[in-house]
Amino acid sequence: MSESKKISLPISGSTSVEANDSPENSEQGGDILSEIAKINSDNPVVLYMKGTPDQPMCGFSAAASAVLSSYGKPYTAVNVLADPEIRQGIKVYGNWPTIPQLYVGGELMGGSDIVRQMHESGELLEVIERALAKVD
Amino acid sequence: MMEPEEIVSKIQAAIADAQVRVVDMTGTRDHFDAIVISPSFEGLLTIKRHRMVYAALVEEMKGPIHALALQTLTPEEWEAQQ
Repeated sequence: MSESKKISLPISGSTSVEANDSPENSEQGGDILSEIAKINSDNPVVLYMKGTPDQPMCGFSAAASAVLSSYGKPYTAVNVLADPEIRQGIKVYGNWPTIPQLYVGGELMGGSDIVRQMHESGELLEVIERALAKVD
Repeated sequence: MMEPEEIVSKIQAAIADAQVRVVDMTGTRDHFDAIVISPSFEGLLTIKRHRMVYAALVEEMKGPIHALALQTLTPEEWEAQQ
């Protein structure tokens, strides 16, 4: 059985307000990027996906989460559909245009194509086990 | 919405000696599957190769293209697959 921890994140809104706060994305961008950085450093394996592992909302996200779940190791799934700031922020954070995105040990691995290729070569399980070992 | 040929041109303009095949996966001209073969991928991690392709389509990825599945291979890797 696989375990995945579902993170619930604030739905919207910056967590800090500055005097010259502008409504443009670049001001809010800073906070969401820090939030994402924190998620990625607090959790060794993070899949940003559409929907959840139990209810994926897109075929690519379904495939990526299925691969991760098949390993039976804990991972963190972030549902970007539940948080528009994360959905946009994660694309800026890693300069990667699509969802799903897999981060292991704080590093972007890639999207569903790469997850599948790394899975087939055995590389993905290795990388995940190494990252989980560092946590202990 | 885009035509596969436009995507092919953009990728070829950005990546040296690229052979590109793009297929519309859903008929809605926004979900594509691309195979890109180029010697310039040699020695690069897959994620780096994918970034090169996405870099050729920065604006398109923000709108017209919703999904772009990628296979990125050197000519030798392509041969080995046949």
